[in-house]
Amino acid sequence: MFQYDEKVLKDQLLELIRLAATDLPKDVVESIQAAQQNEDEDSAARSVFGMILKNIELARVESTPICQDTGTNIYLVHIPEGVGMRKLTALIHEATAEAVDKSYLRPNAVDSLTGKNSGNNIGEGQPFIHFEEWDNDYIEFKLMLKGGGCENVSTQYKLPDVGLGAGRDLDGVYKVIVDAVNQAQGLGCAPGILGIGVGGDRSTSHLTAKSQLFRKMTDTNPNSDLAKMESKLLADLNELGVGPMGFGGKTTILGVKMGTMHRLPASFFVSISYMCWAYRRHSMILNVKGEVTYD
Amino acid sequence: MINLQLPISEAAIRELKMGDEVLISGLMVTARDAAHKYIHENWPDWLKPVMEDSMIYHCGPVVKQHEDGSWSFVAAGPTTSIREEPYEAAVMEYYKVRAVIGKGGMGAKTLEGLAKSGGVYLHAIGGLAASLAKSVVKVHDVYMLDELGVPEAFWHIEVKDFPAVVTMDSHGGSLHKAIKAKSDEVAKKLISE
Ligand code: SF4
Repeated sequence: MFQYDEKVLKDQLLELIRLAATDLPKDVVESIQAAQQNEDEDSAARSVFGMILKNIELARVESTPICQDTGTNIYLVHIPEGVGMRKLTALIHEATAEAVDKSYLRPNAVDSLTGKNSGNNIGEGQPFIHFEEWDNDYIEFKLMLKGGGCENVSTQYKLPDVGLGAGRDLDGVYKVIVDAVNQAQGLGCAPGILGIGVGGDRSTSHLTAKSQLFRKMTDTNPNSDLAKMESKLLADLNELGVGPMGFGGKTTILGVKMGTMHRLPASFFVSISYMCWAYRRHSMILNVKGEVTYD
Repeated sequence: MINLQLPISEAAIRELKMGDEVLISGLMVTARDAAHKYIHENWPDWLKPVMEDSMIYHCGPVVKQHEDGSWSFVAAGPTTSIREEPYEAAVMEYYKVRAVIGKGGMGAKTLEGLAKSGGVYLHAIGGLAASLAKSVVKVHDVYMLDELGVPEAFWHIEVKDFPAVVTMDSHGGSLHKAIKAKSDEVAKKLISE
């Protein structure tokens, strides 16, 4: 039976939140650095990347949020058999409220009917926590913060799309993604990272898209067709010339990550989850001895 | 990189072209949705000296009050500007405002107004919470705090080397339009291949 100390775990979760809000992951920083080098000397794009990198460093050193919109907090938690989900949920809530007190998170949960802010970032569906059981003997907490600006340019298409000439195949998927990124321009705080969900129903399609964003920037899709499509999209989308913040430049998108789900014969959804450059995610592993490692 | 010191003349603002990178220093004022609505309904005189030859920043800050009663900005990123589209051209003309700073750009009515009254739209960089707050070096005053609340009040602030890019100028140039026109063409080509 997996056991843990509740008080200790709450503090370990608080540290996970602090890392997510204030410390941009290494793979993302490296990809922004590479993008900066790729832009022309003296271009606005290059200096915007310079400011972004400076801001990232400042936030890390001073332990303050990288962006003031600390977003929807999305958790993916893997648990060994027999670990209770309700207790873990309660501990995540406790750590969340404390993170607001410490200004790692902004109170970001607003009642949709009354407009009232809950004040502690906790509300219906916020934070969003998804549990899965696995065979390993440790718990893994993955956390991602997704801001509102980029969520607002995220979108979903239904194939076929006659206007775009997009049919029910990978080529059709390609076309709607090009359209989505062109429509988004710089509004989602470009350059973005795309999580794509192909198939599923309206909601699982988006869920697939979002969970792709837990992948590392540098990984390769195990499905060779999708791997090829990811690199093709990355190259082609950067031809659009939107650039950081929409100021123009060679970097419009930093990465494309695709996943699929079986669909009903009658529907074919493509969901595009647009993540801004402030691509905040970290994970934590808790072993049977109560020790944690962060990534 | 062009340094802009506030107050700034109409002539100096008219020299700016879309795509120029600027660093702003001096006194400016924040105003967002409720503030714009208030101006439009009251056209108060007390705003004249605050706004003339200065800039409006579309920002709902996170602030901290110190023990001596003074304020500082903790987070100071730009908010989306297009919501002020119905008001902005008239406000800029009436108060001789030389620029608005925000994100996402503005529409045709503002672009026309910029040409008429001599102003530019400056795009700040989204997500720079930590560093933009640092470039707000002093909070001089705050107006209508009780009526409008912290994010919506008029914060009269002094900035130093606040970075932005001119995306709409006083000659009808809009970087947003130019970039979109180009990317539309590329997208069309990619989609039809
Ligand atoms: S889109 Fe991202 S970087 Fe931009 S304001 Fe929102 S959270 Fe911040």
